[in-house]
Amino acid sequence: MKKDIILAGVGGQGIISIASIIGYAALKQEMFLKQSEVHGMSQRGGDVMSNLRISHSEIASDLIPFGQADMIISIEPLEALRYLPYLSGEGWVITNLRPFNNIPNYPEIDKIIDEIAKVPHHIALDADATAKEAGSAKAANIVMLGAASPFLGMAYEKLEDAIRYTFRKKGDEIIELNLKALKAGRDFAEQNM
Amino acid sequence: MQKLLLLGDEAIAQAALDAGLSGIYAYPGTPSTEITEFVQNSKFAQDNHIHSKWSTNEKTAMESALGMSYAGKRAMVCMKHVGLNVAADPFINSAITGSNGGMVVVAADDPSMHSSQNEQDSRFFGKFALVPILEPANQQEAYDMVHYGFDFSEKYMVPVLMRITTRLAHSRSGVVRKKEIRNQNELKLPSDLRQFVLLPNIAKKRYKNLLKAQSLFTSESESSPFNNYIDGPDKSLGIVVCGLAYNYLLENFADRNVPNPVLKIGQYPIPRSLVEKMADECDEILVIEDGYPMVEELLKGYLGRGLKVKGRLDGTLPRDGELNPNLIAVALGIKDTFGLPVPDLVVGRPPSLCSGCPHIDSYHAMTETLQELSNGRVFSDIGCYTLGALKPYEAINSCVDMGASITMAKGAADAGLIPSVAVIGDSTFTHSGMTGLLDAINEKSPITVMILDNGTTAMTGGQDSQAFGKIEDICKGLGVEESHIRVLKPLKKYHAENVAIMKEELAYHGVSVLIPRRECIVSIDKRMREKFKKTNSTS
Repeated sequence: MKKDIILAGVGGQGIISIASIIGYAALKQEMFLKQSEVHGMSQRGGDVMSNLRISHSEIASDLIPFGQADMIISIEPLEALRYLPYLSGEGWVITNLRPFNNIPNYPEIDKIIDEIAKVPHHIALDADATAKEAGSAKAANIVMLGAASPFLGMAYEKLEDAIRYTFRKKGDEIIELNLKALKAGRDFAEQNM
Repeated sequence: MQKLLLLGDEAIAQAALDAGLSGIYAYPGTPSTEITEFVQNSKFAQDNHIHSKWSTNEKTAMESALGMSYAGKRAMVCMKHVGLNVAADPFINSAITGSNGGMVVVAADDPSMHSSQNEQDSRFFGKFALVPILEPANQQEAYDMVHYGFDFSEKYMVPVLMRITTRLAHSRSGVVRKKEIRNQNELKLPSDLRQFVLLPNIAKKRYKNLLKAQSLFTSESESSPFNNYIDGPDKSLGIVVCGLAYNYLLENFADRNVPNPVLKIGQYPIPRSLVEKMADECDEILVIEDGYPMVEELLKGYLGRGLKVKGRLDGTLPRDGELNPNLIAVALGIKDTFGLPVPDLVVGRPPSLCSGCPHIDSYHAMTETLQELSNGRVFSDIGCYTLGALKPYEAINSCVDMGASITMAKGAADAGLIPSVAVIGDSTFTHSGMTGLLDAINEKSPITVMILDNGTTAMTGGQDSQAFGKIEDICKGLGVEESHIRVLKPLKKYHAENVAIMKEELAYHGVSVLIPRRECIVSIDKRMREKFKKTNSTS
């Protein structure tokens, strides 16, 4: 099993947290992993992306080739579109629909939604609203991880364990809220696949 | 043994700790910053009194590392590629003095300029200094090479350069540590106490020694575990591939079996005998290297009448920018892949100053102050405030190298552009601005210097600023008149007052220093969270 994942968003939206949760789950299953991050200048409110590759066999490149990503997980709708050249023909776009509008020329959101709808395989939801309903407005990134979970090729419980591990120092209440956010994302994806 | 998941930067730091490091010296710079931060956060380093405090700039870092090496201990110095320009003088000369305790210099290049002003290739600096260069292909090699580099440095008494790129520095992968941790060296001075005295008659001898050692370095390269000749049946093309680019090559072959002979290079000078072998048995050679076409130029020769060599120079690969698996597929004639095109509506989302950033208020006041004058008189520097070049501010007209704001403003004022303004951050000011300010003071140049003091090295993630609490005293000490050192509070409510002060100083025909001082908004946020965490844990 091998999954190549593009994680996208705007600096500060928590894509590195998603990467480390999936990464922890993958390592627990003795998988190989490579994850390339963005640091420095681009983090100041600019677009950020991370290449995450997990596999049962050794991985060569730190970068996912264009046209070969199994999925794009984006915490922001415009950012989901930016990385379409990476997506394979069978690949999924799993994106938040809540815009992060910090530029003067941000396109009309309806037009962005139209473009997302053109991608053959996509899951699109308002993860901020879903996270709020699940009790933790800050957990939009975990909702997105939940929405991507059916496509990751690993048992759902492994992700739950990884969340328990990641938030272990924050107490049971925070863990439960994040598990609820994960489940909410998962449920949406399963009903809309 | 269990694998650790480490960034390339972290693998280098962990290796240095395991290899008996006594001190790391650095100035923050993307993508090298995390090497030093890893040592700073290591309990092992603290317990063993391993030096890890930031230096004022890369030159002071390099010299301190050389001093530690002189005293017989193992030292590492880290910087981004352009930092090696700053440290070039001690670096080149350290090759002539040689080392005593092991010395490894890490230069982190940034092909495609993700966070830099150029994409210069540090291998040329290694070649220029005539020192061996290590270039890891992955995080494990980075770890292993640090051990090898320290041993090599002590065996041949020469500093070793390790060249990495952004992609390796900021990519995470599994690393297996060595089982045994090496102890630090004891204090031990050079056996010849004149080794480091580069008076001409000594330097001449030492330089001849360095030249003599070149053939030894080449034979080490030929038997190095990091240089491998991997045979392949298709001899129509041989592939020379350097460092991380090896991964992009392998990515194109599902079974990792490349049909052509491959020479994987991780140590320089390039292994001559292995290149000869490839030249003998292959019709053509493709050179794949991230950065400049250094190896390619060497193999091709100036006139290109010898070997048939393909690469970045003939367009087989692009002349600039970071490599990736697709570019190598195209170079090898393998079917390329591409997803969906980016829809037309997608616009750029450039980085910007954070909401609440003190620089915003400083720029608003400055722009209003300069309104009545013609445009194009603000020289700036390297830091978050460089983003003031972009919309909606469009407030600055230069960003060249650390410290250049003050000296360029001076030169422009010398030419008649009066007043000229320099905008520089607190940390950049102590890095390389102070000496230029002295030039301006000595000539009473009509420049206004704004030292934006946010109390931190913000762009690289909030490291300690060496200028902290010292700026006024430094300016006074250098000779700025006290009445022309003005501290401002960059807040909206003081806007009119700040504009008035700026106008006064702009009208002064001499050096004025304005210091808009307010803590970085990201630093405050981080500090408050730490404080909150502590209060929570004690309650």
